[in-house]
Amino acid sequence: MTRSGSLAWFARHELRLSWRDWMHMLTAGDRRRKRSVFIALALFAAFMHLIAYVTVAAYAGAARDPDKLTLVVVTGSALLSWALMLSQAMESVTRAFYARADLDLILSSPVSATRLFAVRIAAMALAIALMGVFLAAPFIDVLALLGGWRWLGAYGVVVAMGVTAAALAVALTVALFRTIGPKRTRLIAQIVAAMIGAAFVIGLQVAAILSYGTLSRFAVLHSATLLKHAPDVGSMLWWPARAALGDGADLVIVSGGSLALLAAAIVIFSPRFGEHAIAAAGVSATVTRQRARGGFRGTSPRRALRRKEWTLLRRDPWLVSQTLMQLLYLLPPALLLWRSFAHGTHSLALLVPVLVMAAGQLAGGLAWLAISGEDAPDLVSSAPVGARDLLRAKIEAVMGGIAIVFAPFALGLALISPTDAVSAVLAIMAAAASATAIQLWFRTQARRSHFRRRQTSSRVATFAEAFSSIAWAATGALAAAGTWFALMPGLFALGTVAFARMISPARA
Amino acid sequence: MIHPHRPLALEIRGLAKRFDRPAVNGLDLAIDAGEFYTLLGPNGAGKTTTLRMVAGLLQPDSGAISVFGIDALAEPVAAKQIMAWLSDEPMIYDKLTPYEYLEFIAGLWGVDAALAEARARDLIAWLGLEAHGHERCEAFSKGMRQKVALAGALVHEPKLIILDEPLTGLDAGSARQVKTVLRERVSAGATVIMTTHILEVAERMADRIGVIADGRLIAQGTLDELRRQAGKGGTSLEDTFLTLVAQEQVTA
Repeated sequence: MTRSGSLAWFARHELRLSWRDWMHMLTAGDRRRKRSVFIALALFAAFMHLIAYVTVAAYAGAARDPDKLTLVVVTGSALLSWALMLSQAMESVTRAFYARADLDLILSSPVSATRLFAVRIAAMALAIALMGVFLAAPFIDVLALLGGWRWLGAYGVVVAMGVTAAALAVALTVALFRTIGPKRTRLIAQIVAAMIGAAFVIGLQVAAILSYGTLSRFAVLHSATLLKHAPDVGSMLWWPARAALGDGADLVIVSGGSLALLAAAIVIFSPRFGEHAIAAAGVSATVTRQRARGGFRGTSPRRALRRKEWTLLRRDPWLVSQTLMQLLYLLPPALLLWRSFAHGTHSLALLVPVLVMAAGQLAGGLAWLAISGEDAPDLVSSAPVGARDLLRAKIEAVMGGIAIVFAPFALGLALISPTDAVSAVLAIMAAAASATAIQLWFRTQARRSHFRRRQTSSRVATFAEAFSSIAWAATGALAAAGTWFALMPGLFALGTVAFARMISPARA
Repeated sequence: MIHPHRPLALEIRGLAKRFDRPAVNGLDLAIDAGEFYTLLGPNGAGKTTTLRMVAGLLQPDSGAISVFGIDALAEPVAAKQIMAWLSDEPMIYDKLTPYEYLEFIAGLWGVDAALAEARARDLIAWLGLEAHGHERCEAFSKGMRQKVALAGALVHEPKLIILDEPLTGLDAGSARQVKTVLRERVSAGATVIMTTHILEVAERMADRIGVIADGRLIAQGTLDELRRQAGKGGTSLEDTFLTLVAQEQVTA
């Protein structure tokens, strides 16, 4: 038995909550699904190992004493993942401040809140590290099986990356809190998190576009210029890469360093966490005045609904972090478009899948908010508007949002290459319509604030949405390349949507 | 007592809804236009389920619902046009201001913009929300949120106002304001049907009181009529209500 209020007691409490949270996420609250979820996870893991085999099998024999090129590529790839981990960690820390959950209970109890926050920071680090391990496992396993057990050191590096990202995220978020205050931190932290997550990828892509006219981020990592300016192979900058490649001494240093960083973050920041959480609690009570417009506007029920959806989307505090990264990823394609326009290049087929994927993902998110995330479902249902008209208005709101974001790209493409533009527009419309339809068929009643957990309500919907977006992206790319092979992914996308419709609760 | 010369605001016949067990079980109910009718019953008696079916939020398994002569099951849009529904959980949007919320509702009910704006100003003033009309609702207290929701229910001037526990969680001042507004609406000709657990409210405000138990209407009438039915002349509504429910349980 652990003494109540002690670190171990809080850790046990947090672990129990996290475990139940995870099980809920995996089974969508239905305990009977546990077995089928584990079977699905096992199948998914097997599939990912197959993908990993195709992708990294050739690198399994990399020398324990790597050359500079290998170090640059491994470090660059690790940095890409680390930026995403840091972004995720910043979002977790921000949520820990603003989500009330049990904070009122803990802060009003006579136990030391510092201990709870110490445990919570450690739990966040653990969650980020485990997510990294989960995603990297297939690749590391394949490398270890083919290239020897030394590759298992990469697990340690992934954990170290997660732990470092969490420690830095705590420091960054607390710094934001202290400099700009709790009210602005919620928004700014999300923007910073999204920018950090996207910055490295975008930076590499921008460099690749400007130097080589391609979107491939690996073009830069393989470039002679970078190799020339990179530090020598003996530099400490390459410690994580060396550790991942099986250097035991470097692994100890990297792991020890990351744990020391986390310990420092816990010791320095956990005593102040409670104060910041209390300050954040005051934000919801802060009055936000809107500028009064000049009178009511006469309108139809459908237009009223569309306007309401757009207003709520504009004012949604969490939507920024959920969509900003997708929008930031559109910057390199925009740059490529602009550059192609300036240089008179006409082959932009590689832009099409990027735009289509982004459109599918964005439409899925907006559709969930408009359809499932209706905060006053009884009000809307009790209005004298037919159910079909209600849904139509909400779908129009989603498609309108997609049109606003992607129309400039379509126009830019049309000026340079009308064929590519037609392919892109059709595939964007198909991807957005598919994602919206899937959200419609799998709709549930939820609070808008549960947006982040929308995937948990239906795994089938999540996968169907992702597969249809990928398939439409391939269709668009192949159509832009002028090949009839475009029909194949197109049919796959239609099949995915039809399958989703067949097994959806709306159909049942 | 039903007045034969007055039109019926609501007529329910043989209404039934079953979830795991029967929630509403062959309910018959008739309410006059211009009446303040309060529905009482123990937890799980079927009050909310009944009202949700009337408001078009739940499909009944069987039975008929007529709102001012409109078949609410066959013509739900026409019936909803003259109804308003208000639950104990205020149906508002945190990120909209009261004026934006009322503009949205006016749009849904197709109310003329100028007329809706004038009504919105009156309602906001009437409910003491002038200082907050252009503030987002996210920082509002429960009472203020319920007042905004009530303004939303009234901005399209419904003929039938259905309220499910509208006073839950309100402080004394806010509750009195809501009660006053509802009473004034009834004086102006609207019909109000309200469920409540606060028996004093039913006693003071209702023209007639209906008691539901196990999904059926077991008694209805004025307070005196209910007392006579319970065989407890001169006692409080609480005693009368508990006696009626206990009698029903013995019979069942």
